[in-house]
Amino acid sequence: MERRMLTDRRLLIVTGKGGVGKSTVAAALGWIAAAQGKRVLLCEFDAKGDLAAALEGVANRNEEPLRFVPREIHPGLWAMAMDPEESLKEYLRLNLRLPFITRIGALSSAFDFLANAAPGVREIVTIGKVAYEARRQEFDLVVVDATASGHVVGQLRAPQAINELVGVGLIRSQTEWMLEILGDPDITGLVVATTLEEMPVTESLELLERVATQTNINIACIVANRILPAPFTSAGERVFARMRNEPDELGLQDDALARRIVAGVALSEDLRHQRTDQLQRLVGGVGDIQVALVPELFDVPAGLPMTRAVAGQLSDELGL
Amino acid sequence: MPTRAYGPNAQMTPQVVAPFDEVLASNEVAIVCGAGGVGKTTSAAALAVRIAQHHSKRVLVLTIDPAKRLADALGLQAVGNAAAPVRLGRGARGELSVAMLDTSASWDDLVRSNAPDLQTAEKILANPLYRNITERFVQSHDYIAMERLYELRSNGDFDLIIIDTPPSRHALDFLDAPARMADFFSSALLKWITLPYRLGGERAGRLGYLAAKPFYQVADRILGSDFLREIAEFFLLFQSMYDGFVDRAKAVTALLHEPTTTFVVVSTLEPSPLHEAEFFLNELERRKLSVGALLLNRTLPDVFTDPAAIAAATQLAGLNRPPLPGLPEGERLRVQRAVGETFLRFSSLATSQTAHEARLARLPDVVLRVPLMESPIGDLAGLTRLADLLWSKPTPAQAIPGKRKRP
Repeated sequence: MERRMLTDRRLLIVTGKGGVGKSTVAAALGWIAAAQGKRVLLCEFDAKGDLAAALEGVANRNEEPLRFVPREIHPGLWAMAMDPEESLKEYLRLNLRLPFITRIGALSSAFDFLANAAPGVREIVTIGKVAYEARRQEFDLVVVDATASGHVVGQLRAPQAINELVGVGLIRSQTEWMLEILGDPDITGLVVATTLEEMPVTESLELLERVATQTNINIACIVANRILPAPFTSAGERVFARMRNEPDELGLQDDALARRIVAGVALSEDLRHQRTDQLQRLVGGVGDIQVALVPELFDVPAGLPMTRAVAGQLSDELGL
Repeated sequence: MPTRAYGPNAQMTPQVVAPFDEVLASNEVAIVCGAGGVGKTTSAAALAVRIAQHHSKRVLVLTIDPAKRLADALGLQAVGNAAAPVRLGRGARGELSVAMLDTSASWDDLVRSNAPDLQTAEKILANPLYRNITERFVQSHDYIAMERLYELRSNGDFDLIIIDTPPSRHALDFLDAPARMADFFSSALLKWITLPYRLGGERAGRLGYLAAKPFYQVADRILGSDFLREIAEFFLLFQSMYDGFVDRAKAVTALLHEPTTTFVVVSTLEPSPLHEAEFFLNELERRKLSVGALLLNRTLPDVFTDPAAIAAATQLAGLNRPPLPGLPEGERLRVQRAVGETFLRFSSLATSQTAHEARLARLPDVVLRVPLMESPIGDLAGLTRLADLLWSKPTPAQAIPGKRKRP
């Protein structure tokens, strides 16, 4: 079966445990699609500024934080930050057309109330906004830097949850098309970023299970980030194993220095072996979902250079 | 294995490592917070193990969704909301207990203890909206974590409670949770939405209903009238617990401000967690809450920033390709070169870590460093070793008599 290209979908939702490079992966996917000549909208869900930080060079987290209204930060690449209250306002403006809304001064406190009291309102206006953008197609592709894996399922399944809880009403009637957009694998795909440490791998595998059982969203691919390169051949590994006990094999004059250097490299090798084990666990646990590998990019500065380097790696891995 | 873990910054910032042991032990509550994925749970457990081993204190570590491995390490297979003792080795001066936050059970307990009567409690617990709100909503975790902390503290069974904070969308959510809960119950909108139902019929509530009418029309259009009624009924029940909740929220907020409560901010030396840690430190100060320490996790050993080591590695990396590959001597040369190259790669990581740290505007008085471990923490011995590493280094501040600084 021919695999469709990742960037041919219209909505990519990137998630992962905190600290695994989720924002960088989202920014990199957006960057790739923009380079393909697409009009791309990047959207950060939790407004921490990490997406802007991953684009530092064309955006700046501190000086010009992303807002709800998309801003073109690079040719073909727009970026926005989710704001549930703004999203609800937009939604009411588009759907209710009630003139008296403008007269309710307390819309924001009404929002606070609704968002805190009525289950799922905050979630539905968040996921609803990006589903809406995917539906109206002002952009060819929407890439979401979504909430961390611990909380993302609550957002992804908000349309189902609303369906279960609410019999009628405007929100209920809106969930039908959202479910259609989110459930169509030609349109929507979830991208799970992870590093190869025990906890992120465990959380990723749990997430796949929950997404499969609780939502109708297709998992497009896994991005295994920060893979360490193997420095030695297998013959070399044996030589290095000996060197761990006899650092003078390193051929330096200063024995103490040789010992410390070997200890440092031994630590990096231990880490690499663990990550290799975790990669096997990950690949063994994901079935036929594609796992794209991104190496640890040691001397690439954070911000746009890192995003572009990751974009290069992902393009190669995913054939984009 | 790394034995030294201090970057070049160590000389510039006052470091008070050993006294923090005392400081932590003299507190009653320590709240461990930071961005997701930085090792909060393990750090909280390591701090608890350390205090329980070296001080005659009854220490509790309250964890939230711990890694399976850590749960095993603490002997935590079937532990729920109730605190369970952890068996420390012989020679431990104190006692260690561990509890896991069970959000659902804690909410149920809270409802039972605050509802005016058993019947109301059962009605609330049986309401479909109740489960939905308490289980699905992140903020409810934040609130219940603080609530549980208060409960455990009030029981007086422990001298020190170290709490690992829930993974929040925003690191500060749990600080605001009690106040938000109180605000929520006092909100005019909650009164509006429940008004027609409270007054038992439209006639009696006509005046109030008219005032709330525009709100109703919007809420009705968005949510549907049936759902709106369900919500109203639920909150009407919930409001019977108003006084209990508001008092409790105030007490929890007060607990956070007590002089015996301290915060430990955890971060790795990567830009995003550090950014969050810095924001957090500033917020704690703004709220006049006590910052016990900044714990920098997974720091690379300082050999990677040592100029002599970098020079030697550069030399190794520059070794010419050996002329006869396959021969034992050639293999050794290739390994020497690969060692140099690998070392330099990690040096560049270490250098950017140092640069990220240097960009922090201000550090708290106590900065603890936890070196990157060569294997994940798998047992109590691992936690003990991690804890000992935290305190193992003599520091510049300690080395100068009379210059000890207490936070």
